[in-house]
Amino acid sequence: MMPPLPSLRGAQRRGNPGRHAARLAALLALLLTPAAAKTPTTLRLLAHTAAGTLDPHLNYTAQYWQLYAFVYDGLVAFRKVPGPRGTELVPDLADALPEPEDRGRLYRFHLRPGLTFSDGRPVRPTDVVASLRRVFRVRGPTAETFYGAIVGAPACLATPDTCALDGVTAEGDTIAIRLSRPDPDFLAKLALPHASILPADAPQSDAGITPIPGTGPYRFLAYDPNDRLQIVRNEHFHPWNPDAQPPGRPDRIDYVFGLEDEAELTAIENDQADWMFDSPPADRLGDLGRRFLDQIHLDPSPALWFVPLNVDIPPFDDPRVREAVNLAVDRDAAVKLFGGAKLAAPTCQLLPPGLPGYAPYCPYPHDPARARALIAQAGATGAPVTLITDDSPVSRALGTYLRDVFASIGLDTKLRSLSANVQFTYIQNTNNRVQASLTSWYADYPSAGNFLLGSFGCTAFHPGSDSSPNISGFCDKAIDAQIAANDIAAADRALTDAAPAIALFNPRYIDIVSRRVEDYAYHEVFHWLIVQSGLR
Amino acid sequence: MLLAIVAATALAPLYAARISGTDPFLSTPMAQTNGNPVLADNLGLGVTPIGPGWRGPYLFGPYLLGADTLGRDVAARLLYGGRTSLLVAGAATILCLLLGSLAGITAGFVGGLTDTALSALIDLLWAFPVYLLAISLSIVLVNEGLHLGPITLEADDKLLPALILGLVYVPYVARPIRAEVRALLARDFVEAAHATGGTRSHILRRHILPSLLPTFLGLAPIIAAMMLLTEAALSILGIGIQPPEASWGTLIADGQSLIYSRPWVAIAPGLAVALTVLALNTLADRDA
Repeated sequence: MMPPLPSLRGAQRRGNPGRHAARLAALLALLLTPAAAKTPTTLRLLAHTAAGTLDPHLNYTAQYWQLYAFVYDGLVAFRKVPGPRGTELVPDLADALPEPEDRGRLYRFHLRPGLTFSDGRPVRPTDVVASLRRVFRVRGPTAETFYGAIVGAPACLATPDTCALDGVTAEGDTIAIRLSRPDPDFLAKLALPHASILPADAPQSDAGITPIPGTGPYRFLAYDPNDRLQIVRNEHFHPWNPDAQPPGRPDRIDYVFGLEDEAELTAIENDQADWMFDSPPADRLGDLGRRFLDQIHLDPSPALWFVPLNVDIPPFDDPRVREAVNLAVDRDAAVKLFGGAKLAAPTCQLLPPGLPGYAPYCPYPHDPARARALIAQAGATGAPVTLITDDSPVSRALGTYLRDVFASIGLDTKLRSLSANVQFTYIQNTNNRVQASLTSWYADYPSAGNFLLGSFGCTAFHPGSDSSPNISGFCDKAIDAQIAANDIAAADRALTDAAPAIALFNPRYIDIVSRRVEDYAYHEVFHWLIVQSGLR
Repeated sequence: MLLAIVAATALAPLYAARISGTDPFLSTPMAQTNGNPVLADNLGLGVTPIGPGWRGPYLFGPYLLGADTLGRDVAARLLYGGRTSLLVAGAATILCLLLGSLAGITAGFVGGLTDTALSALIDLLWAFPVYLLAISLSIVLVNEGLHLGPITLEADDKLLPALILGLVYVPYVARPIRAEVRALLARDFVEAAHATGGTRSHILRRHILPSLLPTFLGLAPIIAAMMLLTEAALSILGIGIQPPEASWGTLIADGQSLIYSRPWVAIAPGLAVALTVLALNTLADRDA
């Protein structure tokens, strides 16, 4: 807002003609101040629920990773541009991309000079060492799957509280990371929010709703998961590599939680809000397609909606039951409930298209009769099954359909809908012994191994843990070895045949923005690059 | 009107089996009717459920009120849902009248310490806002069910909301009944019965209980209407009738996601609740 001009009005009232030049000078000065040159802009985002902890080393949701992209930095980053170039790695807090040494087992980074956290403190090499150690100390969900190759990681995984992580050392401004085995994806993993560089004195446990200072162009100001998340400019930020961390355009971001998707969409249509994280409600899509087509953005997304089946407890410990439910589900019906053929494509294999090594494969045609026969053969008729979904309308609809399908082949199925705030945390807690759940996976980075190992690999299964991303508990070391050897298509076929989950469909990413939003840009890892858009 | 509503809901299976030809509890996203998909892909984006219309050779055909987001026949679900709503409201009303009368008559007729203790208990229950109490009990019981000694009610048992509703409205019956009993005890004909050597049991059976009948008849429809509204509220919040069962409340909740393109899905069960409550209130006025 333009500030008021009391002194000018005072001069006019006094009617002193000799002060005209001074008034003109004062007016010019005001127009040239930043506040007058540009009205502060606030981007208004909406989501049905918050996504849990604000801690970048712990939160594993697409909802907050999209925000971490402009609040935190790693040593390296994905180039923040739309299209395939967005998956290229660029130096971020490090001043150059390192060449792997010692046959891929050593990476040396040189920290850029002059970097500061949003609280004004300088970024030091000790912060980098402490941050990578913290990933293990806070029991990060990907500590093992992403960073388990770092020397000292096994000891850190065994006793996180005393983690020393000997493989990460600092000498002067150089940080050396030594691996126990080569990992071709290691730099990409360092570009993810779970490897964000935080101050060395960041809490050594889940920071919860307390923001931790970062290095990006914005900082979290306040967070109430039942109300809103406020994000403001980081006044200590200066651009060091616009490819890695470009300066943002809005002055402030208000992320409001609690509205139903219908209300969210209405707010966007009326320009009362600028974007919604949740998918627009299915019954409004027709109207959206007619009236707001230029505000809709549909982008390909290496992603999968699927139903992990717990292979360690009945009835899904029997491969015949897992095959039966795969045969019973009509994936075209699931696509219809998701919003139709323009929004998703049915699939029965686990690897999404667009990832390296993808080869189309479907061993599960829709065959309810064979499914019923398999259930009878396995002696599972009447077996109790509880299916857990989140409480979004789309998930509830899919859950209801899946419950009906399971029941139709003889499984005594109950549906439980939990708040989206807690559903993922609940289903990846092995102590809850979840039999079946509906969840989705969006690529952390374009790597087949990332999804297959991260969701179905032995190292992603943590019995007795509340953070076990391998929800089905499936573990086949032979398949893991195929993935490590980059024989992705064969590994995908073997996994799909073993049926640790029901693959439903590959969604397209849909965003609807208000008329105010200009220069929408879609990134393959972080989706809409929120702060690169301006406001009209 | 009340009779017509009850009769219509009683005929729900007939409609579903003979006219609609669909299972109102089964999601059927790929179903077709008269060669048209029940959930149709839009030309631009998304999927829209089939709307209300006359389909078929009879006066009433399938999908008379259209389909919901899962391709289920809204008219069939409305009738089945009505059956559940009336059943739950009816069972809760009977339970509430029984418990409330027992407490009210005992407190009023026995008097003394019993009256003081029972009245205090009723007042304590009354002190809680009824919706808050019902929601609290439902949240606790809807996840785990009720396991109380030999009594076991699963989380999705229809009797569970009936039990909750029956309990939370007990003070609304017990208080007026107690007051009525106290008033009756002071009446001349009761004094006369005492004077002629009538026992307490005789006075209760022959004089008090028959005199309470008009109060019962006046209270029952009002309590039933309140039960119906509260059941709908709990179901809209997702803590009443649990899927795959349906009630008018769950149908309103289902219709919320279609309020923009198919408002009738939410309006029809809302209208059914409103008409039934109106009929019950009219009945209460007539009884009074």
